[in-house]
Amino acid sequence: MKEIINLPVKNVEEEEYHINMGPQHPSTHGVLRLVVSLQGEIVKNLKPHCGYIHRGIEKMCEKDTYPQIIHLTDRMDYLSAHINNHAVCLLVENALEVEVPERVKYIRTIIDELNRIASHQLWWCSFGMDLGGLTCYFYGLRDREKILDIFEESFGSRLLHSYYTPGGLMMDIHPNFQQRVKDFIKYFRKKIKDYDKILSGNIIMHERTRGVGVLSKEDAISYGVTGPSGRASGFSCDVRKHHPYGVYEKADFKEILGTAGDTLTRYNMRMLEMRESMKIIEQLIDNIPAGDYIAKMKAVLKLPAGEYYQRVEAARGELGVYVVSDGNKSPYRMKFRSPNFSNLSALDHMSRGCKIADLVAIGGSLDYVIPDIDR
Amino acid sequence: MNFSIYDFTSFTQWIDKFLYDNLPAFWAVAVEMVIIGLLVLVFYAMVGLFLVYAERKVCAFMQNRIGPNRVGPYGFFQTIADLFKLLMKELVYIKNADKLLFNIAPFIVIIASFMAIAAIPFAKGLHAIDFDIGILYVIAVSSLGVVGILLAGWSSNNKYSLIGAMRSGAQIVSYELSVGLSLVTIIILAGTMQFSAIVEGQANGWFIFKGHIPAFIAFIIFLISSTAETNRGPFDLAEAESELTAGFHTEYSGIKFAFFFLAEYMNMFIVASIAATVFLGGWMPFHVGGWQGFNHIMDFIPPFVWYIGKTFFIIWVMMWFKWTFPRLRIDQLLTLEWKYLLPINLVNILIMAFIVLMGWHF
Repeated sequence: MKEIINLPVKNVEEEEYHINMGPQHPSTHGVLRLVVSLQGEIVKNLKPHCGYIHRGIEKMCEKDTYPQIIHLTDRMDYLSAHINNHAVCLLVENALEVEVPERVKYIRTIIDELNRIASHQLWWCSFGMDLGGLTCYFYGLRDREKILDIFEESFGSRLLHSYYTPGGLMMDIHPNFQQRVKDFIKYFRKKIKDYDKILSGNIIMHERTRGVGVLSKEDAISYGVTGPSGRASGFSCDVRKHHPYGVYEKADFKEILGTAGDTLTRYNMRMLEMRESMKIIEQLIDNIPAGDYIAKMKAVLKLPAGEYYQRVEAARGELGVYVVSDGNKSPYRMKFRSPNFSNLSALDHMSRGCKIADLVAIGGSLDYVIPDIDR
Repeated sequence: MNFSIYDFTSFTQWIDKFLYDNLPAFWAVAVEMVIIGLLVLVFYAMVGLFLVYAERKVCAFMQNRIGPNRVGPYGFFQTIADLFKLLMKELVYIKNADKLLFNIAPFIVIIASFMAIAAIPFAKGLHAIDFDIGILYVIAVSSLGVVGILLAGWSSNNKYSLIGAMRSGAQIVSYELSVGLSLVTIIILAGTMQFSAIVEGQANGWFIFKGHIPAFIAFIIFLISSTAETNRGPFDLAEAESELTAGFHTEYSGIKFAFFFLAEYMNMFIVASIAATVFLGGWMPFHVGGWQGFNHIMDFIPPFVWYIGKTFFIIWVMMWFKWTFPRLRIDQLLTLEWKYLLPINLVNILIMAFIVLMGWHF
């Protein structure tokens, strides 16, 4: 028989225990470790431990040239790879004061929005799976595949594209591109109704998410929660509206804003954003002007000495790129303001007092991509 | 002895008589027990394997996939291949786990589901034991499984397992009430707890049709609460793979995991066959009063086929639930039971008792 060790007597009601969610856990979507203090099933607090997939991308950037840096940004938020590329491209172009052809702007905007839809589709898959509805996963992936096929046809890769380059694009779009995008929009307008049928209208899903993980507007601003998660709290933070880039000024679209700031609102934000993205693409796809797909650029890009900042609206929020240049062909210092890192910081605040199941739902609605948190 | 697929009574009685004529009474009983045990064991394994295959195909159908299609025709032998894989896998032992309880838990779970099969009538005369308290026995035995789940969670020395086991305990103890009370509704209508008598009572119409609306409500409640009792989605909180990795069986591997897996499917089979027997007439063919020709055609389909068809229809409905609904949270699960299903059930019993007293049922 084992001896019973006499532990100091504690009040059992108030006693907390800790579990490690992650680094290997089905609902952390990667190698994120959350040390959760629990009392029964109730979350008292949690500490995110990141860094399990830290690759030192910012440091690596310091010895790479600007066109090389593009390839590293793909590996941050791999689900919105194009948008990450776009941020660095815009930064270099603005710093060098290069005027990129109108055609490039149109194509970049369309592809960014396609990428946003693809990213939200994958979020929808995994959110459904976090709630326990496994069928969502296959519906979402089936439709995401169509976008990846369009990408593959135009520039040969499906996940990490590195299609944008400072000054323009690596290559021109495939002749089928416009037709296939139009077909996809037609197809997806029908299929998104299936999404609503299987998950958005489900009473269990509503009960699981309504009033769970509420983030007020003040908290969203102070934690820097951006993107659909921030807009669900009523924080108007759409970079596409406030600091337009590409041809977003020419497109007519709404910034979707919520008020409640709970998990259900965050869910609805993304569902509406997919529709809004389709609207943008529809307006632009027929108007792509003819012209060059790349501006005349120097062989070696050297940014003038100084500090530069560029922000874009990635699928999960505001992606900022900060560069300090000393006039060389590679940056002196580079820093990414990644949306997921800020969004994750609010997780502790949002999930206090929730159940474990709620924690999973909140995490799913924040839609974090771990390589973007750790970089 | 005349053997017929419509009535097994004379066949089984002939075997019984043959054994008693040739052996002392004690040995006759012993031989009968061994024969039935072996038959049930084989049936158990076959049904378990088939259900795993069926679930894969149904879920693939729901999810735009093909499902297993490599091993054997239409992937039919995939589950058998998986069984061999699980048999050959290493059994992982956890340090500081309670060895005895850890090892005993899967057996408790599987024995509980194994025992319940004995009381279920598969066809006319194909019935291991015909208790006069058959329903009570099945409810009692099938709720033993929760002991195994609790032990598995407790002895694994894993917090995820413990949370899963505690959830499962709260869930099964609560939903046991609804399962029992919805069956009580039908017991009032049937006037007996004996399975054979319940099935005979449905010769001129299944209880779900005979008992007006209360029987239908009881059927729906039984379907919901039995899904919860077997720990299947959308009530699979004890496993909840996105929250608790695998819940109470996180630490089990190899054949012990297979035991839990098989027991889950067999529990599903058992509750489906109780639902089929009590509400949908068991092996009794579908009859409409007065339509002689139609009833005669229905009688040509063997009772065993009727029984299997009804059971698998209910299993299919339960799989449909699982693959389309998200999972409930533990407090919502208990709210559903204590605040909705239980009061509805109690009122339902009163209405049913009133209907039976007034003789308003068909």
